[in-house]
Amino acid sequence: MTWETVIGLEVHTQLATKTKIFSGASTAFGAEPNTQACAIDLAMPGTLPVLNAEAVRMAVMFGVAIDAEIGLISAFERKNYFYPDLPKGYQTTQLEKPIVLEGKVDIQLDDGRTKTVRIHHAHLEEDAGKSLHEDFHGMSGIDLNRAGTPLIEIVSEPDMSSPEEAVAFAKKLHALVVSIGICDGEMAQGSMRFDVNVSVRKKGEALGTRTETKNLNSFRFMERAIEQEVERQIDLLEDGGSVVQETRLYDGDTHTARSMRSKEEANDYRYFPCPDLLPVEIDQAYVDAVRASLPELPEARRARFVESYGLSAYDAGVLSDEPATATYFEAVAGQCGDAKLAANWVMGELAARLNSEDQLIQHCPVSAEQLAALIARIVDKTISNKMAREVFSAMWAGEGEPDTIIEARGLKQVSDSGAIEGMVDEVIANSSKQVENYRQADESKRPKMLGYFVGQIMKASKGQANPQQVNEVLLQKLNALL
Amino acid sequence: MHNLTLAELSAGLDAGQFSSVEVTQHFLARIKRLDGNYNSFITVTEERALAQASKADKQRSADADSVSALCGVPIAHKDIFCTAGVRTSCGSKMLDNFVPPYDATVVENLAAAGVVVLGKTNMDEFAMGSSNETSYYGPVKNPWHSDCVPGGSSGGSAAAVAARLTPAATATDTGGSIRQPAALCGITGLKPTYGRVSRWGMIAFASSLDQGGPMARTAEDLALMLNHMASFDTKDSTSSEQSVPDYCAGLSQDISGMTIGVPEEYFGEGLNPVTEQAVNAALAELEKQGAKLKAISLPHSHLSVPAYYVIAPAEASANLSRFDGSRYGYRCENPVDLRDMYMRSRSEGFGDEVKRRILVGAYCLSAGYYDAYYNKAMQIRRLIKEDFVSAFRDVDMIAGPTCPNPAFEFGAKGDDPVAMYLEDIYTIATNLAGLPGMSLPCGLVDDKPVGLQLIGNYFDEGRMLNVAHRYQQASDWHSRCAPGID
Repeated sequence: MTWETVIGLEVHTQLATKTKIFSGASTAFGAEPNTQACAIDLAMPGTLPVLNAEAVRMAVMFGVAIDAEIGLISAFERKNYFYPDLPKGYQTTQLEKPIVLEGKVDIQLDDGRTKTVRIHHAHLEEDAGKSLHEDFHGMSGIDLNRAGTPLIEIVSEPDMSSPEEAVAFAKKLHALVVSIGICDGEMAQGSMRFDVNVSVRKKGEALGTRTETKNLNSFRFMERAIEQEVERQIDLLEDGGSVVQETRLYDGDTHTARSMRSKEEANDYRYFPCPDLLPVEIDQAYVDAVRASLPELPEARRARFVESYGLSAYDAGVLSDEPATATYFEAVAGQCGDAKLAANWVMGELAARLNSEDQLIQHCPVSAEQLAALIARIVDKTISNKMAREVFSAMWAGEGEPDTIIEARGLKQVSDSGAIEGMVDEVIANSSKQVENYRQADESKRPKMLGYFVGQIMKASKGQANPQQVNEVLLQKLNALL
Repeated sequence: MHNLTLAELSAGLDAGQFSSVEVTQHFLARIKRLDGNYNSFITVTEERALAQASKADKQRSADADSVSALCGVPIAHKDIFCTAGVRTSCGSKMLDNFVPPYDATVVENLAAAGVVVLGKTNMDEFAMGSSNETSYYGPVKNPWHSDCVPGGSSGGSAAAVAARLTPAATATDTGGSIRQPAALCGITGLKPTYGRVSRWGMIAFASSLDQGGPMARTAEDLALMLNHMASFDTKDSTSSEQSVPDYCAGLSQDISGMTIGVPEEYFGEGLNPVTEQAVNAALAELEKQGAKLKAISLPHSHLSVPAYYVIAPAEASANLSRFDGSRYGYRCENPVDLRDMYMRSRSEGFGDEVKRRILVGAYCLSAGYYDAYYNKAMQIRRLIKEDFVSAFRDVDMIAGPTCPNPAFEFGAKGDDPVAMYLEDIYTIATNLAGLPGMSLPCGLVDDKPVGLQLIGNYFDEGRMLNVAHRYQQASDWHSRCAPGID
C-alpha cells in the first residue's frame, strides 16, 4: 500500500523592526525580563495601539518578493483568548483582509527539479510574551519583552509531499526573508517558527484528516516531527483506526509530540475587527516603491555567482541561499583573487567547522579578510593546503593573522628549487633499493611507488617542501635514471 | 463664588478679584461639606489641587497675557481618565488599587492649559449604566431629588457640576453617558464627534463609540473646555487630524436662517408628555430666533438600541479581558492555579452589569452567532449612519429630547435592564454614527430638569455650541439651581 503525504506550513516570522508593531518599545533580543515592555505592551488601562509603518513596509516587501498580490486595504482583528503571556486577552492579528495575498515560492528538489509551493496569504500580527515554567517553584514567570514584536504569519497551501520538501521550502523562506532584510533569521532565538499541517492519504484518494504540530523552531525538529507524524498516522490507519483532527505540541528535548487539544476542544477565538486601529490603506505607488527597493534575491544571486565567479550551479546554490554566507564568500573571493578556492574553503573547511561548533557564519571567529589572506598564501605557494588547515585552526582559536601564525609556527613552505633538488638528490642517493625497484617496475605501477620518496623528502624538509615542486623534481630525476 | 461659571471665574482671576488658591479652597471646602449628600467624588486631590492653584497664580502674575483662559480654574475629571499618580478606579473594585503612571491626553491637555484638578468623579462601573447605580463606590444622588438617580454613566461629573462642587468636569459618552446625566441634572454637556477628543488614557468601554467631552453649566463653558480637550493625538489612531477651531469664536452668531431638523421618531411612543412639552417650547424659542424647523425622519432609529447592545458589549468583552488579576488591579486571595486566579479575580472584581455585558458580548461574537448578532448590528449601524447623512443634506442641525423621561428613582429599573437601556433611546444613534451631540437644560417638571438634545453634523461642534449659547442667552434653565443649594 503506498501512502501519500500532504504537508502545509504556517511560518511565524519575526520582523526586524527596531520597535514593536503597536508600541515604541525595543524588540532587541536578550534583555532582562520585562525591561522592554511599555504600558501598551503591558495592556495598561486606557492605552492604545499605533501601527508601526516599518512593519507594514516589511510585510509588503515579503509580498513583492514572492510575487504576491498585495492587499491595498488590510485590516486588523482581535483574536480573543486568555493566557498570561497575552496581556490584552486578545491578539491583534489579520483574518479577513491580510496584507499579503496569494503568492508562490519555488523550491529546488534533490533530483534537480523545481517545485512551486503556493502561498495562501501572509498576515501581520503581534507576537505574545513568554511563559517561563522553570525556576519559579511551581509558579510561572512571565516575560513580556517579546509581547508585541511584529510577525508575519506566512501560510502555505498544502503543496509539499515529503519532509524533505517541507524543509526545502522552510529553508527557502528563511533565505528569502533574511536576504531582503525583514528578519534576522536567528532560529535559536525564535525569529522563525513553524507549525506543520500533516495528513496522509492513499494515492488518488481525497485528503485525509490533518493534524497541526506547533512550536517547531529548527529545520531538524521540523523534519523529525513530520517524519514521526506521518508514521503515526499511517500506523493508525493501517491498524484500522482513524486520525483525529487535533493540535499537537512538539517537545524539542524528548523529540516527541503530544496532543494539545482536539477539534472539539478548539478555542472559539471570537474574532472581530479591532476598533482601535483603522484599516491599513496603501496605494500601488507605495507597493511599486517597495518593489524597487528590493535587494538581490537568492535566485538572482545564484545566477550571478555562476556567471561571474564561474562556480557550478550546485556550489552557487549553496553559497547564495544564506545572505550571510553569500556576503562572506564574496568578500573572501574578492580579496584572495581565486573564487574557486574561496568557494572550496567556505563550503569545506569553514562550513565543517561552523557545523561542528554549532556556530553561525555571522559569529565566525575567522573573518572573511583573514580567510582571504590565508588563501592568498596558498595561491602564492607560501604554504600547502595541509599547512593552511593548520593555520586555519590556529586562526579559529584566536591566534591572530595568518602571516603571524605562519611565521610563529615556521610553516613556510620551501619552494627554493635548489634546496628541493638537494633534498631529492639526497633521498635518491640513500634509497638505492627503492630506486632499483622503481626502475624494474612496470610503468603503470610507478606512480604509486612515488609515495615513498615524497614521504622521505617531506620528512627531510619537516613538511615544508612545496609538494607540487617535490613531485615535479622527483619525477624528473627518477625518470632520468631509467 | 461657586455660582460663577467657568468663564466668569476665568474673568475674575484675570481681573485679580480672587486668586486660584482662593477659588480652589472654596470648592474644596464645599466638596468636603456637601459631597456626603451626593457621593459625586471618588477621590478628592486636595494637596495636588492647591499646589496646581498656587502654580497657576504664579503663572498669571508672571505673564497674564500668555496664560490660557483656563489657567487656575478648578475642574474635576471623571474617574475613567488616567491621572498619573492618582488612583483611577473606573468605578470598579477591579481598579480600586490602580494608580496609573501616565496621564490621559485629555488630562495632559487640560493640565497644559493650567487647570486645577479637584478630584475624580464617580461613575457607573466601567461606564456601563444609565443611573450611576453600578458604581463600586455607591450610587450618586441627583442634586435635584435625593431619591432620584443622576443618570449615567457620568453621573458623578453631572451631579458635581449641578451641586456647584465644581464649575466643570470631564466626562465620556458611549451611548449617552454625557448627555443623559446632563439632562437629568440640569446642566449642559457635549459629546464631540468621534475622533475629536483623544481616547488615549481613557479606559475603554466600547472603543468605536467612546468619546470624551465636557460638562458644565453653560455652552460657553463647554466651548472653553473643548478648546483644550480636543486635539489630534498620534497616540490614538482613531483621533482626527482636522485642526481644532476656537469654539468660543462663533458662540454669539445669529442663528436665523439655520434649518433645524426635528425627527418624528424622537417624538413618538415612549416620550413622556411633560418632556415633550418642554422640548417643544425650546424648539419654539429657536424658531423665534429665526431658525427654521423642518420635520425629518430617521427611519432606523428604533434599531439603534438593539444594535448598540450588541456592538458595545462585543467590544467591551474584549476590552475588559486585560483585567485578569495578573499585572495590576484586583487579584483574588490565594489563587490555587491560573484558571482559579482568572475566574475568581474577575468574578469578585467585576459587578453584575459589567459581567452581564461581557457575557452578552462574548455570546454575540461566538462561532455560529457572529453573523446573526455582530454582523447584523454592524449592518444596522451603517443604515443609522446613512439616515443621518441623508438628513444632513437638508438640515444644519437636528434637535429633540435627550431622553424620554426626567430622572427616575433609585431601583426603579434595577430589575429590568432593558427598561434601563431604553433611557438611552435618543442618544445612542449619534454614537453609532460618530456624530456630535449635546444636551442643555430646557425645562423643569416637578423640579426635575429636562434636556434638549442637539445633534450636529461631523465636526460641527462650533455651530452646536452657537445654537446652545443663543438659546441660553434667551432662557435661564441652565442657571436654575437645585433646591437646597445655596
